[in-house]
Amino acid sequence: MTKTPQHIIIIGGGPAGLEAASCLGEVGYKVTVLEKEEQTGGKLRLWYKLFPGFRPSGEVREYLANGHKMNPPEIVTKAEVIRVDPEIDHHQVVLADGQTLKADAVLIATGFQVFNAEKKEEYGYKIYDNVITSVDLEAQFISGNPLKTVAGVAPRRVAFIHCVGSRDKKVGNVHCSRVCCITGVKQAIEMKEHLPQAEIFNFYMDMRMFGQNFEELYIEAQQKWGITFIRGRVSEIAENIDGSLQLKAEDTLSGRPMRMNFDLVVLLVGMVPAAGTEALGKSAGLAFTSGNFLASNDTHFFQNETHTPGIFVTGTCREPLSVAETLTDARAATVRIISWLREKELKSNN
Amino acid sequence: MKDWGYSILKGRQIDFENNDFSIAEFVAQHEPSFKWCIGCGSCTATCSAARLTNFNPRKINLLIQRGETKGLAEEVAKCMMCGKCQLVCPRGINTRNVIQNIKRALNTCHAL
Repeated sequence: MTKTPQHIIIIGGGPAGLEAASCLGEVGYKVTVLEKEEQTGGKLRLWYKLFPGFRPSGEVREYLANGHKMNPPEIVTKAEVIRVDPEIDHHQVVLADGQTLKADAVLIATGFQVFNAEKKEEYGYKIYDNVITSVDLEAQFISGNPLKTVAGVAPRRVAFIHCVGSRDKKVGNVHCSRVCCITGVKQAIEMKEHLPQAEIFNFYMDMRMFGQNFEELYIEAQQKWGITFIRGRVSEIAENIDGSLQLKAEDTLSGRPMRMNFDLVVLLVGMVPAAGTEALGKSAGLAFTSGNFLASNDTHFFQNETHTPGIFVTGTCREPLSVAETLTDARAATVRIISWLREKELKSNN
Repeated sequence: MKDWGYSILKGRQIDFENNDFSIAEFVAQHEPSFKWCIGCGSCTATCSAARLTNFNPRKINLLIQRGETKGLAEEVAKCMMCGKCQLVCPRGINTRNVIQNIKRALNTCHAL
């Protein structure tokens, strides 16, 4: 009799979930990916190009879609998981439609959602028409339409505001979302490519260029594209009578307050855990980080393990990560799941 | 009219809309590395003139870029052109040539 392969359920069909699915499929496990949306690919579908090399996000989506040809996982879309009930032998994954699935191991890869910029009312998102978010800007780039203000003219001066919804106790997020700094640099360059005549300013608290080629891109933004970086958190934005925006900040390096007018303001929104992650985590008895992400069992040794044996976490549901880091994290989680399942199998055979 | 010694305080706010960027443009044109500054302050930390006066090359660079050039001639006159700032600058800015060009700009842009 051939043995039934052990079954792994992956919750979330974004980059983390799909990469883990193809890695686990490669070694012969039965894998089911549960995706709550109609399509897999997660937030990659909202992004036009990726930092730092301006790779079209479609290339990564294509890679993920082709990653598991040998032993393709079962992918179930429109499948929202509401609960995971941990049991000793296996875990029960409960869907919104009442269905219950059994798994030897569960990998949570529910990802992030962007911070709701309306909460920073002082920046006027959804109040002033010419204030948009970094996600809105990506949608604009994807559409291929020329960049215009609401009045229909090309913006002459554009501001990018860093740390919107990050490092801000006022909105309950103390954590750094990590990827917004480099996104701000990337989008400023893309903006300059679209509008060579425009003046572009980035308002930052710190520039956190941690990844390979990030600092290089930051230097390129200054040297090749003439983008100006001003150190200071914007305190407020107000609309002028002509629809342009007046922005106030302290230029902290000169110690002087400043005000400037802009035609368009882009808010670099941070990452928060995806909706439903909290309820899911609680049902499985998991712990949370200060930013309400799913906590790992150990920050150095067991990043992908949780406090509940057999339940693993990967990707941006556990901390803000770039796409490249997410893929690496998913592969790392795979190794841990395999060793855990092997140990389980050995124990049951004895 | 009698001077009562009172005046209206000019705001401390940097007024980007009305400031004069002619010096910034002149310097950037002749020494493009002028705009590469990330404000680390190592130039000021090593500056011989800054040990003895309130000369601050980092701040001068920044204020020029913000169009704040009041008292600039007096400030740059404190520089002794020793070039230590250029040795420490992590961005490779030709700081000495920046100062030279600020002086040239002051002569060309503002007939002082």
